[in-house]
Amino acid sequence: MNATVRVSVVALFCLAAAACAKKQEVKPQAPPEAPTTTTAPTNTEGAFTPADLQSNACLRTRVIYFDFDKSDIQSQFDNIVACHAKYLRDRPMARMTIEGNTDERGTREYNLGLGERRGNALASALEAAGASADQIKVVSYGEERPVCREHNESCWHQNRRDNIVYTTE
Amino acid sequence: MRMPKILFALTFASLAALFATQAGAQGLTVQIVNGVPSAIPVTVVPFGQQGSGPASPVDIAQIVSMDLNRCGKFRTLPGSEVVESPTTGSQIKFATWQQLKQDYIVVGRTTYDGGALKADFELWDVNKQQQLLGLSITGQGSDLRRVAHQIADQIYQKIIGVRGAFDTRIAYVTMVGLGDNAQYALVVADSDGYNPQTVVHSHEALLSPAWSPNGQELAYVSFESGNSAIYIQNIATGSRRVVSGRAGINGAPRFAPDGKRLAVSLSFQGNPEIYTMDLATGALTRLTHNLAIDTEPRWTPDGANVVFTSDRSGKPQLYEIPASGGTPQRITFQGQYNANASISYDGKKIAMVQGNGNVYRIAVMDRSLGGQETFVSPGNLDDAPSWAPNASMLLYSANEGPRGVLYAVSADGRVRQRLVLGDGDVREPAWGPYRNP
Repeated sequence: MNATVRVSVVALFCLAAAACAKKQEVKPQAPPEAPTTTTAPTNTEGAFTPADLQSNACLRTRVIYFDFDKSDIQSQFDNIVACHAKYLRDRPMARMTIEGNTDERGTREYNLGLGERRGNALASALEAAGASADQIKVVSYGEERPVCREHNESCWHQNRRDNIVYTTE
Repeated sequence: MRMPKILFALTFASLAALFATQAGAQGLTVQIVNGVPSAIPVTVVPFGQQGSGPASPVDIAQIVSMDLNRCGKFRTLPGSEVVESPTTGSQIKFATWQQLKQDYIVVGRTTYDGGALKADFELWDVNKQQQLLGLSITGQGSDLRRVAHQIADQIYQKIIGVRGAFDTRIAYVTMVGLGDNAQYALVVADSDGYNPQTVVHSHEALLSPAWSPNGQELAYVSFESGNSAIYIQNIATGSRRVVSGRAGINGAPRFAPDGKRLAVSLSFQGNPEIYTMDLATGALTRLTHNLAIDTEPRWTPDGANVVFTSDRSGKPQLYEIPASGGTPQRITFQGQYNANASISYDGKKIAMVQGNGNVYRIAVMDRSLGGQETFVSPGNLDDAPSWAPNASMLLYSANEGPRGVLYAVSADGRVRQRLVLGDGDVREPAWGPYRNP
């Protein structure tokens, strides 16, 4: 049976509604830069200042990526963990929110849990490197904040991430 | 004499657009993508008009016919083959309908006074030439389509022997735009997608809508505060309250069958655990204790147990625990990934998302058949199964290219109906409870 019953005409909604949302382009983003290429001056000499958040290549890196259904911090991100931990040590007033994210596979609520696990993994690594727990807040967005919306591994890889957001520098 | 079918369709589209505008919600386009040749053949003859009032603004027979078709158990005679137009039982020439191989015929008349609509209808067995139903149903104002849904429910119950679920509502989440421009809405609509009404708007994600047992409230998760929080909102009045805005995850609310408790997943004690909340006092009872992700709690229909998702064995699987606390028992053993359960009204069937590799489909496990499982959706990224209150159909979400759509599928997986938003994603469906007529 090929009974296609179209009972609603999109154009009518557009005419009737005050504002029809513009069609959004799905923009595949460029693959993330390989974090291993980030130079990481651990700058053990002097203390970091807020200016370093803009100028220091390691501190400017605010995202780390995860394998599918995994939450362990890969060794390639050790330098990122180290410099942000040092910043938090050097700046006891600094505060950070870690946003944990997943790809779209699996259920939304389970992915909230997985995103939180990823956020907690980074928080634990930062604390192990000397940051204070009260400097770090973890929020999980699960699969709700993708940076890429295609259904393939290169896109999923970009979405399985922790974002670091400084709320007080 | 009869209006061609396409005109009916356009008439309804205008009406739907009107309702959509009034309610500020974007409507869904409904398409039946396949049917079942073996379904019960039934003719719904266009209803006649009674009295001197204006014509009925809704085509009752058309709506009844679409309801019966999409549940998968019936196949209605196409309008072009409805060769006679009886409006009472005494006018039915049974030989005509026997020749057309129809098992049942529905005839009726409407009386409309500009406000109230009364529909008198009769259901007849074509072969026995016997009247099975003769009822009068009345509706008011903006709810005239309910008259047709209630007629379809009566027909369904008489022939199938189970209460119909056409006169019900569904909730779902829409998303239009991307990134910082994203606009989310929690919408309530009739079970066929008509009469959409926005319950809440947000610039941040909305998810996991759950109906209260009386159909008057929705619990849901919103990120509007910057973190997940659980709200309960009255649909009619719009008034709402935060029931959990703790640190960490506040997720997966589900009302207990008695409406007095809410099962939730909260991580404020370190990682996601299942709790029940007394809605009168807010007091929490913790049910699970381990380092895994425990989420998506679902009450069994008797309220005695809670089925939930846990990855305590490595990958997500379904477990069941007494609602008063106890030891969880794993209940799913097929598939790498099982989550997001929906339990049928009789507790026998559990629909779930089953993942194998990169393919996530809706599977139905029949506990009365030793846990036998069947797939009712094709994948690849299907989610959020939700049973109709009579378990005749399931709603679920799917991805088609870049967009999210909903499907309503018959319980046997054979009839599928797509619900598409004009512009944007639709997701997170939740089928509401029976309504009082």
